[in-house]
Amino acid sequence: MVDVQEAITQAHHEEWARVVAALTRRFGDLDIAEEAAAEAFATAVARWPTDGVPPNPGAWLTTTANRKAIDRIRRESKRGDKQKEAQMLRDDDPPGPLGAIDDERLRLIFTCCHPALAMESRVALTLRMVAGLTAPEIARAFLVQEATVGKRITRAKAKIKAARIPYRVPSAEDLPGRVSGVLAVLFLLFNEGYLATGPGTDPVRHDLTAEAIRLTRLIRALMPEDGEVAGLLALMLLTEARRSARLSAGGELVTLDDQDRGAWDAALIAEGHRLVRERLAARVAPGRYQILAAINAVHTSARNVRDTDWSQVVALYDQLAVLDPSPIVALNRAIAVAELDGPEVALAAVDRLEDKLGGYYLFHATRADLLRRLGRGQESRAAYDKAIALTGNTAEISHMTRRRDQLGADGRDRDGTTL
Amino acid sequence: MQYLVSVINDTASLATPDEMAAIDVFNDRLQAEGHWVFAGGLAGPNSATVIDNRGEAAMFTDGPFVESKEYLVGFWIIEAADLDVALKLAAEGSRACNRKVEVRPFQ
Repeated sequence: MVDVQEAITQAHHEEWARVVAALTRRFGDLDIAEEAAAEAFATAVARWPTDGVPPNPGAWLTTTANRKAIDRIRRESKRGDKQKEAQMLRDDDPPGPLGAIDDERLRLIFTCCHPALAMESRVALTLRMVAGLTAPEIARAFLVQEATVGKRITRAKAKIKAARIPYRVPSAEDLPGRVSGVLAVLFLLFNEGYLATGPGTDPVRHDLTAEAIRLTRLIRALMPEDGEVAGLLALMLLTEARRSARLSAGGELVTLDDQDRGAWDAALIAEGHRLVRERLAARVAPGRYQILAAINAVHTSARNVRDTDWSQVVALYDQLAVLDPSPIVALNRAIAVAELDGPEVALAAVDRLEDKLGGYYLFHATRADLLRRLGRGQESRAAYDKAIALTGNTAEISHMTRRRDQLGADGRDRDGTTL
Repeated sequence: MQYLVSVINDTASLATPDEMAAIDVFNDRLQAEGHWVFAGGLAGPNSATVIDNRGEAAMFTDGPFVESKEYLVGFWIIEAADLDVALKLAAEGSRACNRKVEVRPFQ
């Protein structure tokens, strides 16, 4: 029984996107594909415990879903749409070979992440159609109403149909831009899992980070030559590797300098480092994710903060700033500069970003930390207050509250710890 | 599949001679590549009249149906295989006429 449950879960993970993709290809309709796939999995849940797990679960699910889709189309055509039935009957060929199906999952991903759809619709649609999450699961993940998720998915599917968003992998010429759109969806998903917002939610949502990694692995398998795909996967793995060390038993954020590096996941780090080395060996100018992965590789190569090659980190941020001259990159660069040239130099760089980042909690958190290290306690306290007011992540709030409360009345750090 | 590409103006001025020349080049291309269905530029919204003949007698109202800083100043109707093709053409159209455009499929 347990084995059957596991087989169903595994089949859902491995086959959902294939089934939806194959049906979308055949029937040209995401609605029909989604509904038929869901019905096929419901049938598996009902039948496999008594009939046993079929020898080829994927083929069983695809066949069952095909039948469900044809049933639905027949039902609908009885209500008048004879043309659709005729079309369906002509296209009664068996599913294509396995390689072609992989290609179809890729089509599905590119369609769900089409730039003509709003970002939140892309995320919801990708989670539903590619990852197989239900609308209530997606609603829980993003702390929105189930009805909102349902509406986003329905509206996105309707637009795909009405505006004829094509169901295909973009041409070679458009591919880099479109891949970056897909990676943006996956990175957003990962970040929401890694730094979940909202008072009622766990500070780290492992289900979301795991799903983001699973989908990025899938794209990596489908597009092994793409450097940014490898870069994003490496970035996720090297970040995920530190997950358990990043929260204390009391649910407080533990910053990089205080983390127990022995608790990092060595296997994920090794895999991430392999990917970074692979990209370095390719000798192609790296994109944003590859540079971020390289920065994380430097951090995860060091035994402790002092041992970290900070000049390398700063150099990588300089390289990143050329591609992405955003104030966020400048802020992260300043954090590395603090380790290389001291907190005073870093603070001057951070203060220059106030116009652009005054509403961003990490700007104030960074200032608070630098001011604390410079012994300017009162200013540090005020900056912590601002940062706390601006973040929704519970682990960050307890970390910053403790740091703030450690500042003595004279403005000195009470326990005397400075880096 | 046909798409309406609406040109949205957010200034008081209409197209300059340079913009008109760029639009002509783009139109020639649409025709040469078989995307052309129809296109036109419109006079300003002050020249519009709204008519409502759902009641007993036709009502005429001076001015556009909605007062807005942004208004429709022209359009293309293009033939394109799918939205990707339409978006690419619309992006070139936006560059040519130096204005925002909106793409909407016909039913």
